[in-house]
Amino acid sequence: MTDLVNKRLDSWQTRVRAALEAPLLFTSVDDVSARLAETGYLASPSVATTVFLADRLGKPLLVEGPAGVGKTELAKAVAEVARARLVRLQCYEGVDESRALYEWNHAKQLLRISAGRDETWDEARTDIFSEEFLLSRPLLTAIRGDEPKVLLIDETDKADVEVEGLLLEVLSDFQVTVPELGTITASRRPFVVLTSNASRELSEALRRRCLFLHIGFPEEELERRIVRLKVPGLDEALAKSVVRVVGALRTMDLRKVPSVAETIDWARTLLALGADHLDETVVRDTLGVLLKHQDDILKAGAKLDLDAV
Amino acid sequence: MSTAERLTSFVGALRAHGVRIGTGETVDAAQAVEALGLADRERLREGLAATLLHGTAQRPVFDPVFDLYFPRGVGAPEETSPGREDMRERLTEALAANDEALMARLAAQAVDGFGGYGNSPASDGWSSYQTLEWLRPQTLMARVRDDVREQQGASGFTDRLLEDEIRRRIEAFRALVAAEARRRVAERRGRDEIARRAVAPTTDRVDFLFAGKDRLAELRRTVQPLARKLATRLAARRRRAARGSIDLRRTLRGSLSTGGVPMKPVLRRRRPARPELVLLCDVSGSVSGFSDFTMLLVQALHDQFGKVRVFAFVNRLDEVTRLLEHGAADPEGLGARIRAEATLTGWHGSSDYGVALGEFASLYGDALSPRTTVFVLGDARTNMSDPNLPAVREITERARRVYWLNPEARPQWGTGDSAAYEYAELVEMHECRNVRQLSALVGRLLPI
Repeated sequence: MTDLVNKRLDSWQTRVRAALEAPLLFTSVDDVSARLAETGYLASPSVATTVFLADRLGKPLLVEGPAGVGKTELAKAVAEVARARLVRLQCYEGVDESRALYEWNHAKQLLRISAGRDETWDEARTDIFSEEFLLSRPLLTAIRGDEPKVLLIDETDKADVEVEGLLLEVLSDFQVTVPELGTITASRRPFVVLTSNASRELSEALRRRCLFLHIGFPEEELERRIVRLKVPGLDEALAKSVVRVVGALRTMDLRKVPSVAETIDWARTLLALGADHLDETVVRDTLGVLLKHQDDILKAGAKLDLDAV
Repeated sequence: MSTAERLTSFVGALRAHGVRIGTGETVDAAQAVEALGLADRERLREGLAATLLHGTAQRPVFDPVFDLYFPRGVGAPEETSPGREDMRERLTEALAANDEALMARLAAQAVDGFGGYGNSPASDGWSSYQTLEWLRPQTLMARVRDDVREQQGASGFTDRLLEDEIRRRIEAFRALVAAEARRRVAERRGRDEIARRAVAPTTDRVDFLFAGKDRLAELRRTVQPLARKLATRLAARRRRAARGSIDLRRTLRGSLSTGGVPMKPVLRRRRPARPELVLLCDVSGSVSGFSDFTMLLVQALHDQFGKVRVFAFVNRLDEVTRLLEHGAADPEGLGARIRAEATLTGWHGSSDYGVALGEFASLYGDALSPRTTVFVLGDARTNMSDPNLPAVREITERARRVYWLNPEARPQWGTGDSAAYEYAELVEMHECRNVRQLSALVGRLLPI
């Protein structure tokens, strides 16, 4: 086993060296944190480490986590840092090859055929299946061209299982096969981010091709910095209290616990209300910003010793 | 031990816990180690997790195993442990400041100073229990609280959160002590063995019948996400089932506009059949963890069905559907409430499948219709009384399908007072020992 790994490591190292010659986005884990922070994305150590590895190993990044912790934001921030174009594939039930990969522009093909009536069939056939008539969809767009790109495949779990099969070729070899044209291989690998809310178990084959990153709720200190960054007018002490209350809510057994997005909303609400510290009335009146279910509000109210809501 | 060897034995230990890792991932992990270096342990941990794991469920196994193979330090800590009072004083400071690095150092010192037992090389070891008994961190609560209040002043509203926060910090310290004791034992006994035996399995592989109280609480927290996943799976099955069959009448009708040539086949629209579900749950003693979990899971799936009725029994049977109603169900106290509010026992307290099933067939026969699917949950241990097979036969005749989920391992079926094989002749019986098996079964067997 050890020998095998060593042997494969050697061959991989040559590949890594080759990849190293291609421009990398980041030089170190600290570099990731610092540059993401410049764009307004404060990364936890696990996020920074995994993004660095995804860049270094040239593998897609599969990001899971509860809604509202900044999965999509991460891809946007990386695109901004890399000065790359963000290509986004939003998955939904029923998304298919022609929406994700490519499609032939039938209308244009018909026009082309009727425009040149006096040529032979063979000429027309080779012509209408050329790149001019290819409508490129996100996956194909991401691997064509030389400029840097970040490919975001959002809510992968919403797509049907068949689409995953389609992703496999793109994600492992960064190539797309168009039967009429042949295989198109990426001249420059895009940085790929897949997000998932885990509403469906993604297939093992897809998971194997990705680095896995779970973004959970941030540590207290990090969340405080996020709140301070996103809501600049908020007082330091109030930000601290806000984060502590949200932290307490997350330990309760609620139907939907507040996420970072809700924390920021709450902080904005408090700022708009002009509250300079938390007290029972303020919390009771604004709990609806944090919690979206009536039973949750009642339960949290009882646990936080608020008077009857 | 070279890094490559350490990595492969680490991967081996994870595989022993059922984490599926291929050679490709191991190579990725090695590359990650090379790219990150060994200097920063937390980065190494995240890097290995990113390359080796494929889901969050495996993380609770990954972390303790990582601590064993890439320990914080080797051997005894450099500083020796101060006396008990001194130690408690420093721990109070660390807890008040929430200083995790200091807490980890103190945990190492405490285990070194007070966790050791035995004096022959074959039987000695390090015990986290002994360390914690000696240090009693839970009694520091009041001191830490006063410390924090002194430093920050009573901070108004958030003051009420303080005690819970400190409690969580103390829990974190206890976990640190446990990890440290495991590490010291592993140095003595061999890492591979400790990694196999002393690290708890992932939640979905915990045996229902042997799960302790906190493992069951942990299981209950997985109900909602699991239900969501199963609901998507059911919806997908339903969609697939709706495809394919052609509605001849509407196709011909549509063909009139194209001169009688059926250009566009019209597919038959499937009427939502509103399947009904009946659950018969043994809630006696050891099986109750399993039944409670399954009841909550079915309740969480309630919007997938026309009607869900839940019956609980020990040796008499009663309907408990209303106790499970959404919002009213508090998962923690569910079992206790069922036992308090429903009539489940007659003259004795041990389970009697024969009487309970007979009672169901005669009193609640109206719950059964050709649309009903019945799930019986229990170990089929009748305490030597009559299994009442005619009642089961009657149930199978009146319902659409009947399944029996048995939390016992298959080899134990039919041993002692188990009537598993007798029932299995009449209804389809499945072994269902952990959440993994349960979710596979529920996804496959639930009617659509």
